[in-house]
Amino acid sequence: MGALAVSMTCHATEADDAHRWDVTRNALFQNRPLETPPENWLQLEVPVRAEDAAIVPVTLRVQMTQTPSLYVQRLYLLVDKNPSPIAAVFRFTPDSGRADIETRIRLEEYSNVRAVAETSDGHLYMVTRFVKASGGCSAPAGKDLEAALANVGRMKLRLDGGAAKLNTPSGVQLMVSHPNLSGMAMDQVTRLYVPAYFVRQIQVTYAGIPVMTADVDFSISENPSFHFYFTPRQPGELVAEVVDTKDQRYHQGLSVTPVAGTN
Amino acid sequence: MVKSLLRPFRGCISALGVRPQIWGLTPMLAPVLLILLLSAVSAQAETPVLQPIAAGVYMHQGQLGDYAPENHGDLSNIGVVVGQRCVAVIDTGGSITVGLAVRNAIRAITPLPVCAVIFTHMHLDHVFGARAFVGDAPEFIANTKMPRALLMRAAKYRTTLDLLGDEGARSDIVIPTRLVEKTDRLDLGGRILTLRTWPTAHTDNDLTVYDEVSGTLFLGDLAFREHTPVLDGNLKGWLSALTVLHTESAREVVPGHGPLASSIASAIVPEERYLQNLRTDITSAIHAGKNLTDTVAELSAQPAGEWKLFDLFHPRNVTAGYAELEWNE
Repeated sequence: MGALAVSMTCHATEADDAHRWDVTRNALFQNRPLETPPENWLQLEVPVRAEDAAIVPVTLRVQMTQTPSLYVQRLYLLVDKNPSPIAAVFRFTPDSGRADIETRIRLEEYSNVRAVAETSDGHLYMVTRFVKASGGCSAPAGKDLEAALANVGRMKLRLDGGAAKLNTPSGVQLMVSHPNLSGMAMDQVTRLYVPAYFVRQIQVTYAGIPVMTADVDFSISENPSFHFYFTPRQPGELVAEVVDTKDQRYHQGLSVTPVAGTN
Repeated sequence: MVKSLLRPFRGCISALGVRPQIWGLTPMLAPVLLILLLSAVSAQAETPVLQPIAAGVYMHQGQLGDYAPENHGDLSNIGVVVGQRCVAVIDTGGSITVGLAVRNAIRAITPLPVCAVIFTHMHLDHVFGARAFVGDAPEFIANTKMPRALLMRAAKYRTTLDLLGDEGARSDIVIPTRLVEKTDRLDLGGRILTLRTWPTAHTDNDLTVYDEVSGTLFLGDLAFREHTPVLDGNLKGWLSALTVLHTESAREVVPGHGPLASSIASAIVPEERYLQNLRTDITSAIHAGKNLTDTVAELSAQPAGEWKLFDLFHPRNVTAGYAELEWNE
């Protein structure tokens, strides 16, 4: 009888898939309408098929410069069928310059991947893409747990082209060495236990002003990587602070002297 | 009956976040099934499951492909070494079907018991035949890091095994009972196998086996021949392992995929060239400021050359290699 009950709850069907999305949607947006954005305004770039289930590159792009009068304040990255469907919620300011993000996610199985942009005037726009599961026996687990643990908290900030441009949205990549483990209950046979241990928050400021903050979880790949923008209006320090589930905090700074832009 | 109880559970692992369950052993399969399975693996009956490669040493060569019912998960090579006291099996194939076929072929060669089943790493096409040997009560031997790596992938692997239908449902993980930290020796009676682990290369839990009597080296997936190499560990570590292997020698070399080689060089040189090119091309792309998506798109268009299954594994290798190598820049 127990087995029957399990079977009824778990058989994956299209209805179940739709239900999973409904749960996520209600939790995040309640009854607010999710609008279809104007053509190409919000772009979600994902591969048609996950080549490596542990490292699926995702790009979210908004075709709009952030201004104090209208900007994207949040970008949601959602993966319907992952154990934790809310992969990341990114927050931006007018000083971000652009609300664009590149990152890498794990993909448990074939799934809809969604980007939702929330604008400062209260609209929600959504774009959805379907990603096929990886072939070739690829699994969404890290490559080298020991190395990731040994280097945990090591970070890099890398400016696009090695420089930032004055008064111009400038791209930068934040890399964090971290196993980003989803966690696994103790196996009764082996007594192996891998606890959840992942980066949960990221804050980036430039010259003391926030440019990007994010709540993230273990749907993000081992050694999380984020590419985003900031707009330097004077020389300053770009500072990234990362907090993980053990409440350990990691800092990385980069002194930036913006060069005259060719905007 | 057993099957109908187990199967619904299998589908739920990731959906509910339920931990992978290692099932108890179920009663052995009917002899009729064994015969069916045997003929399935040796596809055209005239090809024996095990080919002799040296005195007391045998190899089963897996097929080139991805999991599908027609190949029964028979996708990797298996070694068998017969000592005076007992038999060691090196890797088990990707399903119970393959494991049983190999076990049956061993029974036709020798009455000696199987005392060791050695896993060269945690990938599913090497481990899911292991249950076929449980009745022999051998030691199941692997790299110390292998059980963790396997369990972290178990839920996804079971989904893949579902592609095989019933034989996938009957296949299962067997947890290693003896772990190798660095090196170990295994006495089969007048015959010593040397087991050796490696720093992260193809995976983080690679293990190779050397039979001193015949000079046969079982490289597992440190060596791919014909089958496009698959990077699930560390590209630089893998190239370092190959550099070490060049300083050693063996009379017969069994790769993890593809045909037997008569020297270490012939087993690893084409793969080494592939991995070196991969490193060079990814590094150039990173230097040119290309992101992961663009680099995968660009390098996936490269010609396959001598490599089979290139479209399946090359883009994956570019992805994994990029995520590793960008830390160097």
